[in-house]
Amino acid sequence: MQGFDLATPTTVDEAVALLAREGSLAIAGGTDLLPNIKHELFEPRTVVALGGIEELRGIELESDGTLSIGATTTLAHVAAHDEVRCRATALAQAASLVAGPQLRTMGTLGGNVLLDTRCQWYNQSYFWRQSLGFCLKKDGSVCHVIESGSKCVAAASNDTAAPLLTLDAELEFASNTGRRRLPIAELYKSDGVANLRKEPGELLVRVRIPALETGRERLGAYGKLRERGSIDFPLLGVAVRLDVVDDRIVHAALGAIALQARPLALQKAAAALIDAPASGPGFDDAVLACAAAAARQLHPVANVPGDAQWRKEMAPVYVRETVRAARAGTGPVHGR
Amino acid sequence: MASSIVELKVNGDTVEVAAPDHFTLLEVLRYRLGLTGSKQGCDKGDCGACTVLVDGEPVLACLTLARLAVGHEVTTIEGLMPAHLRAGGTGADPVQEAFDRCGALQCGFCQPGMMLSARALLDREPNPSRAAIKGALSGNLCRCTGYTQIIEAVETAIAASTERAPDGGSR
Repeated sequence: MQGFDLATPTTVDEAVALLAREGSLAIAGGTDLLPNIKHELFEPRTVVALGGIEELRGIELESDGTLSIGATTTLAHVAAHDEVRCRATALAQAASLVAGPQLRTMGTLGGNVLLDTRCQWYNQSYFWRQSLGFCLKKDGSVCHVIESGSKCVAAASNDTAAPLLTLDAELEFASNTGRRRLPIAELYKSDGVANLRKEPGELLVRVRIPALETGRERLGAYGKLRERGSIDFPLLGVAVRLDVVDDRIVHAALGAIALQARPLALQKAAAALIDAPASGPGFDDAVLACAAAAARQLHPVANVPGDAQWRKEMAPVYVRETVRAARAGTGPVHGR
Repeated sequence: MASSIVELKVNGDTVEVAAPDHFTLLEVLRYRLGLTGSKQGCDKGDCGACTVLVDGEPVLACLTLARLAVGHEVTTIEGLMPAHLRAGGTGADPVQEAFDRCGALQCGFCQPGMMLSARALLDREPNPSRAAIKGALSGNLCRCTGYTQIIEAVETAIAASTERAPDGGSR
């Protein structure tokens, strides 16, 4: 691995001062950063370790019911936490399916939210990429996914981004010029080279999930398509949120990942569920309409492993089953 | 690039090694301390062959910077039997004994990581279900056995520990 200096700040102020320097990158779990450094995709001069910063850790329920999760809280902790499982079920389920057990013990929610986009032509060693003539995202000028493509289509592969989109999460960033809050829907853009509207020196501090309106029951589930039952990144991820009042769906949201550079909000699919009954034949019809609408919006390309046509055919299946799981209080939807 | 003296707690011993900042825990274990039981497989978090325990939790040594392990208890496969003996046991750790008895290996490359993931599971949950065993080992790849004997070995270790529990002989 290429050499770098390691800094170990103990406060957010120290960390953002270090991150403001050119060539600095933050490390939390390191489960994506270190492979990317080993592959010479990232070439930091200084790596700033966040593990010693108390403010970035832990899960709190704020007085107004907001669920506040520190950026370096591990995915294993998020997956197992009672309040997360209850108030943000799809997020807990998504966190429980990221990679394998060791990586969830190490990897953090913040790291997953800010995960670099992935592509089967990019997440490879320097030798491998050089043999191919590199690509748009790093060191080259061609796209191997879309012939003659001029825009990188590396895929947002962060499982937790899909549920956080449906839950209207808000992100708190710190930098050496102060702090700001950003709705997660505004974080991502459809550029695979750099899909985050985030300045290089900014540090994600906390992820906040707003409280549910009184009188509503919030249901959620996450579905993940991958070839093996563990370790793999998603070939498709679908998060579902249903807010139910008196057996009627009053609000629905769906998020999908591993398709293009930006996690997608599936608004037409969600619209098919809103105002539908939450049980019986009316619900069954709405679920099928939702899956059909999602299928029209989801167009996998050969950016991540797995046959794109297979991923496309599985999309409505995963949408359908994940909505059903949300309603039934089961999930995650997983496995072939 | 900076180097420093890193003080680590490995298998109950405090050790000091000089290492560059970018060295992983796996590199320090293997190439500074000679503890080659932790395997360098994919070296990028896919295979689990480098699994070690940090404060009792299985983590990947290939993706842990050595300096960030300072202040934590690191257990490698070399430390499993000594820990068992210190706890009053005899012979190897029951997980090691069971892997041996069940022939839960062929080439052996995945075995240290497998056994450490299994040990952490049994320390957390003495009598786990088969599904829990599969889940706990799902970050460790084996290319030889097809996993059947590995899962049987963990169940054998559970049975051995449960049988010995009444006379205080288990861990």
